[in-house]
Amino acid sequence: MDVPSPTSQASTSASVAAYDVEAVNSASHRDLYQKREPIYPKLVHGRFRLLKWSVLVVTLGIYYLLPWVRWPRGAGEPDQAVLVDFSGSRFYFFFIEIWPSELYYVTGLLILAALGLFLATALFGRVWCGYTCPQTVWTDLFIAVERLIEGDRNKRIKLANSPWSREKILKKAAKHGLWLLIAAATGGAWIFYFHDAPTVFPQVFQGTAPVSAYIFLGVLTFTTYSLAGTMREQVCTYMCPWPRIQAALTDDETLQVTYRHVRGEPRGAHKKGESWEGRGDCVDCRACIAACPMGIDIRDGAQLECINCALCIDACDDIMRKVGRPTGLIAYDTDNNLMRAKRGEKRRLNIFRPRTALYAFVLAFVAALMVFGLSSRSTFEVNVLRDRTPPFVLLSDGSVRNRYTVKIVNKDNAVRNFTVAVRGEMDLELSAVGVPSNGRSVTVPVNGDAIRSLRVFLTKSPNQSVAGKVPLVVHVTDQETGVTSDNETVFLTGAR
Amino acid sequence: MAAPNNETGEEETTGHEWDGIRELNNPLPRWWLIIFYATIVWAVVYWIFMPAWPGITGYTKGLRNHSERENVAVALQQLESSRVEFAQRLLAAPSLRAIESDPDLLQYARAAGESLFGDNCATCHGVGGQGFVGYPNLVDDEWIWGGTLDDIQTTLRVGRRSDHPETTYTEMLAYGQDGLLTPAEVNDLTDYVLSLSGQLHDPEARARAEEVYQTQCVSCHGVDGTGDREQGAPNLTDAIWLYGGERSAIWETLWYGRAGVMPSFEGRLSEDQIAALAVYVHTLGGGED
Repeated sequence: MDVPSPTSQASTSASVAAYDVEAVNSASHRDLYQKREPIYPKLVHGRFRLLKWSVLVVTLGIYYLLPWVRWPRGAGEPDQAVLVDFSGSRFYFFFIEIWPSELYYVTGLLILAALGLFLATALFGRVWCGYTCPQTVWTDLFIAVERLIEGDRNKRIKLANSPWSREKILKKAAKHGLWLLIAAATGGAWIFYFHDAPTVFPQVFQGTAPVSAYIFLGVLTFTTYSLAGTMREQVCTYMCPWPRIQAALTDDETLQVTYRHVRGEPRGAHKKGESWEGRGDCVDCRACIAACPMGIDIRDGAQLECINCALCIDACDDIMRKVGRPTGLIAYDTDNNLMRAKRGEKRRLNIFRPRTALYAFVLAFVAALMVFGLSSRSTFEVNVLRDRTPPFVLLSDGSVRNRYTVKIVNKDNAVRNFTVAVRGEMDLELSAVGVPSNGRSVTVPVNGDAIRSLRVFLTKSPNQSVAGKVPLVVHVTDQETGVTSDNETVFLTGAR
Repeated sequence: MAAPNNETGEEETTGHEWDGIRELNNPLPRWWLIIFYATIVWAVVYWIFMPAWPGITGYTKGLRNHSERENVAVALQQLESSRVEFAQRLLAAPSLRAIESDPDLLQYARAAGESLFGDNCATCHGVGGQGFVGYPNLVDDEWIWGGTLDDIQTTLRVGRRSDHPETTYTEMLAYGQDGLLTPAEVNDLTDYVLSLSGQLHDPEARARAEEVYQTQCVSCHGVDGTGDREQGAPNLTDAIWLYGGERSAIWETLWYGRAGVMPSFEGRLSEDQIAALAVYVHTLGGGED
């Protein structure tokens, strides 16, 4: 039942009634072959709830609005700031335009994300799960919708237990309708990342959008509705591998949502005016359980089901203020601090540990690598492939020729002229198919945003007595910017 | 672990028992059951929409009238029609040279040529056109019948010593085997041919063969031995040999003669395919202007 409001805010002590709630997902309560017991998390107020609302607004805001941000790139190029263009095989991210051959930047981004997650987890436990995981955010949003329509915990339980009536049908229909609407919007926003948003938006309603758009719209509507609406905590407990992995990333110095049992035990109901001597601060009101979206009792200690959302902290702090005890009976704390408290030592935080130092170092290293790679990224790319069939060709005058395919990728939007020449110990004559050559170099135009494949021949005259494999450098210069690209390859002389 | 029966407190079994081994009646996971039933529903839906059940004379076609065979036919049709545009551009080009100077067309011709080369030419001339003994190398700068685009196209079209009416029939005679020259004359002539490309030879034998060369060889290979492309007579003064340039190989050529055959591809390949192939071979490296 609900907490009776304290008689006076000024009173230093008030008695609180316990919630009629079971931690349905606690290990002791749950059978192996058991149907899911519904959880009706009670709304709490406090700093962590506020933080969660803020994260929800920011992350959902980014997700829904980002595809609509424009970023002019010039004629013939999409002006969407973030766009994964499969048909044009490009990935646009604000000022960056990534070609399929540069997918390693995406790999780098994923590595950064993974390391960031490792570091955050080592320091603050499952903050990813508790605040930013899409499962958490959308579930939070869906619970908020449910609360809006059906009311808070007690009203929801009452509605669930009541027989079917017009009101119940209306409320359930409204709830599921709103859920489906949000789910469809989620799937809809997803496809905007793969198509020009303002173009595809009306197309979706006219039925002229690509088939893949409808498929993804359908799949994401279904997953959002089922995962956030009906499955909720089961996704985290049974489907997600991350809770298992995270257990390996945390240690005794990691800040986690913790019940300070040294202070709380022995627990028990407390009547207003009673002494606090000889007993713990926990009044066993079960407010923490009522607030928990995972259906567990945090007082059982760290457990796999706990996503560290900190809502129990807000719930408990509220109660502590009412009974006039210091807040923080449930708080972010470390296992070692619990031990220190038991021994009567002072609480301290140990942020700089080998584990966190290593994560931070590797994170900084990869980030530096990415920044360097992106800042030194040129507007063109060259690939030199030596022909292997045959490895070399003997000509009629005794000269030896090697053949190469030089691929020039022009990432700029305009036509650029590129000069191809070679550098090496040997004097080699250079020519190319379909392009006039002066014997030393060729200059070819390459269309904007295109690849040109050039057949290049290098010929060694017979009077040069060089044997074996000779290294050389194919030197490509962008005539407009003067930027060069050196590509190492070899020349096979055919002689021993 | 089976759920204990609520009333008896015993584990629920199916009643089956073999040699004291009881079969427990454990429930299947709900999610598994849901998926299991969903697949059954899916199968029924599939039968309705897709070809599924075999009959005596045919099969159920399904509402969607789906046919993988037809899909392949349509895809092939699309591929063909996508090639038509380029094929027409190849045919419309004023000259083969014009194909080479158009980067788009060149890229298409080279891609098409490469695949045609692999199917039709690589068996004899090698995957990269490097040739084998008796099968000309197409990547060097020596051509028996000429290496311009038009020459290559002609060779592809009419073949050499083939069954095409316009083909060429000249051949290297079997001087030794057919008794046109004595064995001693063939030996001396071998030294003469070696001398043309500046290889090690016996000057006396060369001198003895001078007259034989002038009477027998000059008409095709020329006074200086540089050959004649009109007749497909190879240049004997350079470093490239179709059948080998060492003494034994030259002797063998003189004794037994040579008459390699290049088949005609007219009729086997379409005109645009021959054009693409000519451009491909020309751009392998040896093409002449």
